Order: sequence, then structure tokens, then C-alpha cells
Amino acid sequence: MAAFGSLALLIALALAAYNLLAGTVALRLLATGQPAPIQPERLADTARRAGIAGFVAVTAAAFALIWSVFTNDFSITYIMEHSNRALPAAYKFSALWSGQEGSLLLWAWLLGMYGFVLRLTHKSDVTLYAYAGTIMAGIQVFFLAVLNFAAPPFALYQGVIPDDGNGLNPLLQYPEMVIHPPMLYLGYVGFSVPFAFALGALMMRYPGEKWIKITRAWTMVTWLFLTCGIFLGMHWAYAVLGWGGYWGWDPVENASVMPWLTGTAFLHSVMMQEKKGIMKSWNVWLIFSTFLLTLLGTLLTRAGLVSSVHAFAESSIGSWFVTFMVIVLAVCIFTFILQRSHLKSEQRVESLVSRESSFLFNNLVLLMACFVILWGTLFPVLSEYVQGTKVTVGAPWYNRVAVPIGIFLLFLTGVGPLLPWRATSFRAIRRNFVLPVIVFWATVVVCLAVGVAPWKDGAFDTGNFYALVAISTAATVFTAILSEFVRGAGVIARQSGRNFLAATWLLTRRNTRRYGGYIVHIGVVIVVVGLAGSAFNRNVESELALHDKISVGPYTLECVGFTQDSNLNYNSEYALLDVYKNGKKSFQMSPEKRVYLASEQPQTMVAIHSVPAWDLYVVYEGTNPDTGQPIIKAFLNPLVGWIWFGVALMVFGTLVALIPSLKPTAQKGAHP
Amino acid sequence: MRSARARFTFLIKGVQALTLAVAVCFSLGATDAGSRFTNLNHRLMCTCGCAEILGECNHVGCPSSGQELTELKAGIAAGKSDQEILASFAAKYGATVLAAPTGHGFDLVAWIAPFAVFAAALLGTILLIRRWGKPRGKMESAARSSDPATDALREKIRRETGDDGGI
Repeated sequence: MAAFGSLALLIALALAAYNLLAGTVALRLLATGQPAPIQPERLADTARRAGIAGFVAVTAAAFALIWSVFTNDFSITYIMEHSNRALPAAYKFSALWSGQEGSLLLWAWLLGMYGFVLRLTHKSDVTLYAYAGTIMAGIQVFFLAVLNFAAPPFALYQGVIPDDGNGLNPLLQYPEMVIHPPMLYLGYVGFSVPFAFALGALMMRYPGEKWIKITRAWTMVTWLFLTCGIFLGMHWAYAVLGWGGYWGWDPVENASVMPWLTGTAFLHSVMMQEKKGIMKSWNVWLIFSTFLLTLLGTLLTRAGLVSSVHAFAESSIGSWFVTFMVIVLAVCIFTFILQRSHLKSEQRVESLVSRESSFLFNNLVLLMACFVILWGTLFPVLSEYVQGTKVTVGAPWYNRVAVPIGIFLLFLTGVGPLLPWRATSFRAIRRNFVLPVIVFWATVVVCLAVGVAPWKDGAFDTGNFYALVAISTAATVFTAILSEFVRGAGVIARQSGRNFLAATWLLTRRNTRRYGGYIVHIGVVIVVVGLAGSAFNRNVESELALHDKISVGPYTLECVGFTQDSNLNYNSEYALLDVYKNGKKSFQMSPEKRVYLASEQPQTMVAIHSVPAWDLYVVYEGTNPDTGQPIIKAFLNPLVGWIWFGVALMVFGTLVALIPSLKPTAQKGAHP
Repeated sequence: MRSARARFTFLIKGVQALTLAVAVCFSLGATDAGSRFTNLNHRLMCTCGCAEILGECNHVGCPSSGQELTELKAGIAAGKSDQEILASFAAKYGATVLAAPTGHGFDLVAWIAPFAVFAAALLGTILLIRRWGKPRGKMESAARSSDPATDALREKIRRETGDDGGI
């Protein structure tokens, strides 16, 4: 199977190279009109078919690797290092992305899949799709070249083949880890598609903004995948790492959020291009940057530039990525300079206080957030270069620098929809902002009254202060968005006699993109409230003998037993804890610690009891070697559930925005 | 019925009163003594290689966190200032033990650069919009397409290829 997989990868590379070369020649012939022995349209079609065949070849290679995992073929180094016989079937799939070679193969396969769909739907606009398909073939050539020559997944094990493998990293043996990496990769790789369309449209001086309409669904779906991937990763970190948090500002986490930020900026500013014909160069560079950031993230972690708990060991593929990034950047700059006259704006932003400028500022703040994260990620490298010593740029730095920018962004999220197009008057501002301002200050007062105060243990606390401002701003933004729904639905209800709920539904159906977007914003508001809750986390740690108790918040935990268990994959120790609330026994929790047999690595399995107000989060930290008694750490983490609910709302809002709006004729039919 | 101006004045006064009330609330709580230990152990890193904040390191039998926490408690008990404690940790374990760059020397760049870039970008954007907002001169008119036929074609393309615009 190793030979089959290697051959499939080699064939895939040949097909991708043909796609790139034949596509380039065909498009050149089409553009210049030069006579050629073969019709350029036919040549372009052979290139397209080669792309489709290439996907089949990469699929065969991915299948070969999965087959090898399931058949325990430890003659393949990758399988030996990332799997073992006792590994449950679901996690055998995870082996595909648990190592560098496998994750690059997953990347190539997803790229092939996106390209496959793109090439099958080429009739929407044959020439534009030919450009996009050829650019995607160029990207695919790079990944397949890396897989064939620098990081081969089917490399054979040198020496005596062991009877069993090293096993999968225990951190990956968790249900979310079967979903989180593919989601993240779907997001990362997906941004290749709008990148290919943007670059292709620029190369061919595509008239109008149809390319944006074509790529809109691609961009939104990609953004959705990346959003899900990032938040699934957060939930995994929360449930598995056992430190009570969900975001540690690790370089790998940062690498995932940077393209998300520029992608989010692109999704906003692209609407300005569609509606007003402005920000064309900006949009092109946003999508170029997003794609480059997906590569930079990979480079940062794989080239050993920055240290990360997630990162793979330093490897030679870093130089491959640097070379590829330089080539991509050079192509982008060259094409932009050559075709920049095509990107002239047809209108201009006329007023500082207008919907247009709010979009501009929104973009600016999103890019600033991206810059801050990039700066924080790279500063240790810069510091080592300049002053010879590495420094740590951890959570305290990000909390002080990134959080205010995040709150400002949240503020703009609420302000934007309240501003009219082109320009506004003081009177209009006053009318639209009175209610949100009242809500802001009312929330501040309510927060202070219920104990959400900007001090901790008697002293001013920056975290608490940010939490207060974030919650109050979130309430303001929520009010502003809600008032948009109420205003629109009110008009429909008056005109059509529908009840308010039906009117809201019709309002959303009439402009799914706008109101879907508002639902996403409400989701963001709820996520922010959940994040703000972290300022008020509490925890208690204690060694518990039988029937010993610890208390955190309204809960009292009593140890009623601790025991051990084992299976073929791992040995585990866990505690049984009865949880009392207000003196009454409410439920039982059993936090666990596993030691995986193949890798001999320990793994925490946190017990979480989640209610809207907070999570009771209990960690079995191990046993005291002197007494043999379990050490339990219990956290009370306020509002964590809001984060996951907010994300679900963001997903729902994006799905709503993906549904086509009601056509005017359908709207007529919808009215009684 | 009060005039719109009177209502607005009333609103402004209301906001001022609320601001004052909040300021009073803020100052009330700021007089209690704080917990320096928790604050400081969140400004230091565990040095065992787990890449976690010292106060959040949760490894049983961690070779580093216990010793670091003991040293931190001793430093506080000895009456050292926060800066003295952090400096002593940096001297003993290296600069990477501090969870964030210091406010001195090149480290200061880490703190200043984001805000400086943000301020510059914000100012640049404001100036750009103000320039755009001015009545168009000869050069700007020339920069835009002056051909009515091209403008009409662009508008037609947009109408035919766009949808509701979404916003």
C-alpha cells in the first residue's frame, strides 16, 4: 500500500503540473489571440480534466494512508509513529492529521476537493473558472511537491519493523479532535478559492463584480469552517488541557485566528465593492493577505520559528514554505501593479460619520487586531534577533493590547448599522444613539449592582474593568441590532397585518445576507459576554481523602470514592465526587486521569457541569505520591456556556446569510 | 409637552449623573488591600516547559512551579516590591520567565508598536476620508472615469451581476 500511495502522489503531482502548464498556455493564447496548433479552449479543457483526475489521485493517496492505519501497517514510518493496534477506529482517522506528513496530505486532498467542485461548476463562467482552476493547480503543485520530496507520508521504516506503533498523541484522543482539525483545514484551504478567483479576475481584468458574487458562497462557507474550527479548538483546549481556560495565545492558536480576522474584514468590505464600487484594491489585498496568512501560520509552526505546545518539530519544509510565500507574494504584487488601473474606485467615502466609513474603520480595526496578534507572535523572534535574548509574549500582554482593540471592534459592530449611507446629521445620530447610550450606562449600573465591578480583592483590576466595559458595550450593540429588527419588522407588520414574529421572519427572508449578518453579530455579542466572564473565574485545589469536602461558589464537592480502570488503550484513575448545592445533593462528577499505554503519556479528562450562569469544572490532577490520595482542582467559570451558544448563533446566522433572499416576485406572492 | 431641546438637555444631565454615580462606585472599591500573590503568579511563567502561566500550571509533581511559587511567597513576605520580585525571577530564570515583555529597553517596543501603528492607521484613514469628502478638484475628477458611456456600462454590469447588496 505504501508503493500505491507514493505512486498516487506522484501521478497527482504530474497531473497538477500539467493542469498548471496547459492552463497557463491556454489562457495566454486566449488573451493574446495568437495562432496555435491546438485550440486554446480545448487545451484549457484538458487542463481542467487533469485537475479533476488529480483529485482522484490525491484521494487514492489519502485512502492508502487510512487503509494503512486500519491495517496496522507499521512498515510505514508515519503509521508507526502515529498509531497503534489498540487505537479506537474513530481515532485511526485522526492519525491522518496527527503528524506533519499526514496533515499536508489532508491539505492537498481538501485543496483537490475544492478544485474538483470548482472545475465541475465551470460553466458559470468558463474563462474565469479556467484562471481560478489554473491558479489552484499552482498551489496544488506546491503541496504535492512537498509531499513527494520533503515530507513523504509513505516513507518506509528503516530497521526491524516493530510489532506495535507508538500510538496517537493522547491530546488528540478526544471526540472533538476528530472534527476540529478537518474543520480548521477546510477553512485554511478554502481561502485558496477566493484567492484564486481574485487573482484570476485581476489577471483577466474581469469586468464588473461578478467574481465576488461567484466567490461569495465560497468565502462565507470557508469562513464558517474556520470559525467552527477555531471554536472547536477552544472547546477542546477547555475540556482536555485541564487548566480551566480555552485560549492561551499559543502561536498555533494565533496562526488560526489571523486569517480569520482578515477573512472577516474581506467579508465586510467586499459588500462595499458590490454596492458602491469602492475599496477594490483593498479587497484584493485582503484576500491575498488572508491566503498568505494561512501559509504564514503553517510556516511559523513548522519551521520552528516560534515555539508552541502544538507545533511539530522543526523540519526542512519551512524553507519550502518561505520560497512558496515569496513566489505567491511576487505574483500578487506583479499582477496588482500591472492591472491596478482596473481597480479604480467608482465612488468615494464622503463623510467620516457614515455607513461607508464605519465599514472602513471596521476593516481597519480587524486588520489592527491581526497585526497585534502577528506582532505578539513574532516579537520573541525579533527580540532574540535585536537584543540576543528571547522574551515571552503571553496572556498578560495580549490582554492589555488586544482586548481594548476587540472592545472597540465590538463597539463598531453596533455603531455601523445605526449610521446612514453617505453622510449624516447630528440630529440623526442623536435619534439613533439615544437608546444604545442609555442601555450602556444602565448596564454599567446593573453590573456594578450585581458585583461585576472593576476591582478584585479590593484593588483596581484591568481584567475586571475590561469585563465591565465589554459586557456594557455588548448590551449596547445587542440593543442596536435588535432595534434594526424591530424597526424593519414593525414596518412589515403594519403594512401586511402579520404578527411581529412572522414579520421578522419575512424581513429576514427578504434580505438574508443583511439579517443573517446581524444574527452573526448577535452571536459575537454573546461570545464576548462569555469571554468577559473569565475575569471572574474562581478555583480551589485540595487533596481529598474519602468524605473530605471542598467548596467553590455555591457548590460543595464530597469525595465518595476513587478508583482505577484499564483497557487495551489506557489505564485510568478517577475520583467520584458528590456535588451538593445549597445543602442538597444535586449530581455526581468523575474527573479522570489516563495514562496511554502505547505512548506512556498522561491525559486529563475534565468533568464539566455546565449551566447558563457558569461551569463547574473539575480536574483530577493525580495522586499525592506520599498519601496516595487524589488531588482535585475545582473551578467555577462564569458564562462559559455563552461562548458555545454564541458560536452556534454565529453558525446559524451564516447559514441564514447563505440562503438566497426572496426575489421581488416571490415577495409579492408572500403578501396577502 | 417639552421641546426636543429640553428633552436632549435632560438626557445629557441624566448621562452626567450616571457617569458621576459610576465614578463614585469605582472609587469606593479601590481602597481595599489587594492580593499580590495571585497577581504576580499570573505575570510569571512556569519554567518546566509546559508554557503555562505559573498560577495556572496544573501538573502534579511539576519540578518548577512549586519552587517558583515558594520563592514568590518568600519575596512578598520579605517586603520586596513587584518590580524587585519580577527582576529577581528574570535574573534567576532568564527573561522568558516573565509572561510579558518589560517596560524597559527594546521590550518597550512590544507595547508601543501596536498602539503607534493603530494611531497612525486611524489618523491616515480619517485624513483620507476628509480629503475624499472635499469637493472634487480637477485631478480627482480626472482620476475618476469621465466617460459617461463607461460609467453607464459599469452601472449596468453591477445591476446585472449584483443582488440586493446585502447591507
